[in-house]
Amino acid sequence: MRRGRVLGATIAFAALFVVSPATAQSDSTMAQDGLYQRPFIGSVASTSIGGYVEGNTNYFVEDGVSDGFSMELRRFNVFLFSQISQRIRFLSELEFEHGTEEIALETALVDFEISPAVTIRAGIILPPLGFLNQNHDSPRWDFVERPFVSTDVIPSTLSEVGAGVYGRFGAGRFLVSYDAYLTNGLGEGIVANDRGRTDIASGKSEEQFAEDNNGSPAVSARVAVRGPRLGELGVSHYRGYYNTYQVEGVDVDEARLLAITALDFGTTVGPAELRGEVAYASIDVPPGLVELFGSEQWGGHLDVVIPVWHPRFAGYDSAVLSAVLRVERVDYNFGTFSSTDEAIRDDVTAVVPGVSFRPTPSTVFRANYRYHWTRDFPGNPAAHTAGLQLGLATYF
Amino acid sequence: MPTRLFLVTAACLTLAACGILTPDGPSPEELLDGTIEGMTPSQERQHIAGDEEFARRFGVADGLGPIFVATSCEQCHVGDGKGHPTFTLFRFGRETASGFDPMVTAGGPQLQHRSIPGYPPEEIPAGVTGVSGFLPPAVSGLGFLDAVDDATLIALADPTDLDGDGISGRLQIHAPSELIETVLALEARGSPDPGARGTLVNGGYIGRFGKKALTVNLLHQTVGAYLEDMGVTSDLLPEDLFNPAAGSRASDDAPDPEVSSSTVANVVFYLKTLRAPSRREADHPEVLAGEQTFSDIGCAGCHVPTLTTGRSEITVLDQVEFHPYTDLLLHDMGPELDDGYTEGSAATSEWRTPPLWGIGIQQNFQGGSAFFLHDGRATSLREAIELHGGEAADSRDDFLALSPQDQERLLRFLRSL
Repeated sequence: MRRGRVLGATIAFAALFVVSPATAQSDSTMAQDGLYQRPFIGSVASTSIGGYVEGNTNYFVEDGVSDGFSMELRRFNVFLFSQISQRIRFLSELEFEHGTEEIALETALVDFEISPAVTIRAGIILPPLGFLNQNHDSPRWDFVERPFVSTDVIPSTLSEVGAGVYGRFGAGRFLVSYDAYLTNGLGEGIVANDRGRTDIASGKSEEQFAEDNNGSPAVSARVAVRGPRLGELGVSHYRGYYNTYQVEGVDVDEARLLAITALDFGTTVGPAELRGEVAYASIDVPPGLVELFGSEQWGGHLDVVIPVWHPRFAGYDSAVLSAVLRVERVDYNFGTFSSTDEAIRDDVTAVVPGVSFRPTPSTVFRANYRYHWTRDFPGNPAAHTAGLQLGLATYF
Repeated sequence: MPTRLFLVTAACLTLAACGILTPDGPSPEELLDGTIEGMTPSQERQHIAGDEEFARRFGVADGLGPIFVATSCEQCHVGDGKGHPTFTLFRFGRETASGFDPMVTAGGPQLQHRSIPGYPPEEIPAGVTGVSGFLPPAVSGLGFLDAVDDATLIALADPTDLDGDGISGRLQIHAPSELIETVLALEARGSPDPGARGTLVNGGYIGRFGKKALTVNLLHQTVGAYLEDMGVTSDLLPEDLFNPAAGSRASDDAPDPEVSSSTVANVVFYLKTLRAPSRREADHPEVLAGEQTFSDIGCAGCHVPTLTTGRSEITVLDQVEFHPYTDLLLHDMGPELDDGYTEGSAATSEWRTPPLWGIGIQQNFQGGSAFFLHDGRATSLREAIELHGGEAADSRDDFLALSPQDQERLLRFLRSL
């Protein structure tokens, strides 16, 4: 019965893709442009202010039980940009999440451009891990939620204090970009946290903006290639010790390494715009937590966005209605029980069909139907969750 | 065409909005969670508060550890069912000339083989003569068992087998201690019959929960589990565990108690008000025949089908009949299940009769495979029966002597529980 419902919904949306008459918009920018390719930034010579706001409704049912309907103002982010001189610029992003429940300085960086191939960056940066972390602005996405892999395996939005270099250069018909940074990295909390599982995002802390907890910087780097018919293909890696293993020069624990490798891509196939990200994380878990806290996680998502209608009304000449579909999966504990030799589960698989409507490129209305299959740690029968989300996100 | 596409999409989303494309839950017969019917709204609220605490994952900052087995109640009792082997509680001790020594100074009797980062987990110390694995039990229906009067258990006990049926259930009697008397006194407050539970019997108090009936009531069980299983302190047990091998009594940095008395009370109320497991195909002729055989060969001598609660301040638990298939008494299970470990006044071969309700859907909470008996050593009901010895040896032999059809009927009855 359940399978039939999901299948029905999926087929309905798949039909939209098959009969789609329109063409996806192409995007010639690269992932590392994400910070500056924002509306209202760079259009003024000195300092500019911009930002975005994002809100949505939630109605979910898990195994027949619902908490009902609710609304949330998820994010209100303010950008501050300043072209200090011809080759020096400043950018910051202040985030208010759920009203004022969570306030964070997400970005505050200075770029010094030596040449297009070499720009030095320092401050609170967004490590170049995958695509979404540097391109997380909600109005860019046709889905209400970020992909699980991009928030859980890659803990977007991941912002850290550090410095590094980025740039791009041509190679025949291809454009190659690179980013490389040293940052304070993630801290304690990845394990033995109140999530009860390895949770890389719990390694983020305010203290890391002031001081590295172990004096050993994390390294992050991404190389991407953009070419005709290829779209953009990026490979990125992040590694660093996350625990406090030295205090006043004395070893108090083993140094424990976190390493995340991601592959991301974005391209167009016919009318469809495809974007995906796959990430694998390896976490050195203390012996007293092995198995309970996973030492390996992986996940991935594939988004398909197909414009189906370009209505022209009320002066909106670039309005577009798109059919969208996301499939995604994350395994939070990729391993085997020593007691039974059976696979540890703790995973989630989701299908998200929906529609998005953009009256302008900067504003998106979204309607998503989500269906999750969640398997718990021992691997008991999956919990089924489904629901509807309506959302709005716009730059201002 | 675009209008049609839009309408199709809108229709799908509308169906979702109307709940047409939302999932139903499994039938209650396949689950163990849920409240007893008939509670008041305020009781429902307290049950939910307890449920949330039961599910709460403790981290280092919350007081987890420094040594522990699981990070939440729910981790051991997923869906309120019997736990997965990865959460087996290992308990150890040694036989001495003066009796069984739970080796408290060496970290006993329970092994906490997990620890917070930077702190050494425990290992089983040298000199141990007995180690037993305890799988976390299902917790549904515990309120009914908690509400049975001591007098009922005293009446069921037959320590010298006066009735000659080969079954001699014994009460687990614990010597008085400050903790036991406190938990009994706290639970007696507000009870319409305060003297019905916590009776002094032969100079001690009756244990009723745990594989060896180590604890006297659900409050005792709960504060003990918070500390021994999660390393979380409470008002009643305010001192953290530590690993003696660490060479220091220092534990975690969270202020004690790490959970409030109100939190503990909510969890206890949650446990008390979990409904009893539902039966499946209880009226099927094959199941009824199996139930009759279960009784005929003496299984029901220990796995007593029906008990009645005493007076309870929770109206829905007040003087009601229920069907747990246990007598809450200790029975000698023979060398087959003797791990050389014990608790209280129980012999190493004695185990408290586990309730059988919910046994038919146990695999739904253990990752798809069922692990039976106290440590999960049996992976089928038949194997579990075959491992019964001691007072249950005659019933086991009678089962093995049944025709395959009758054996299957009995197993089908068990699967219906």
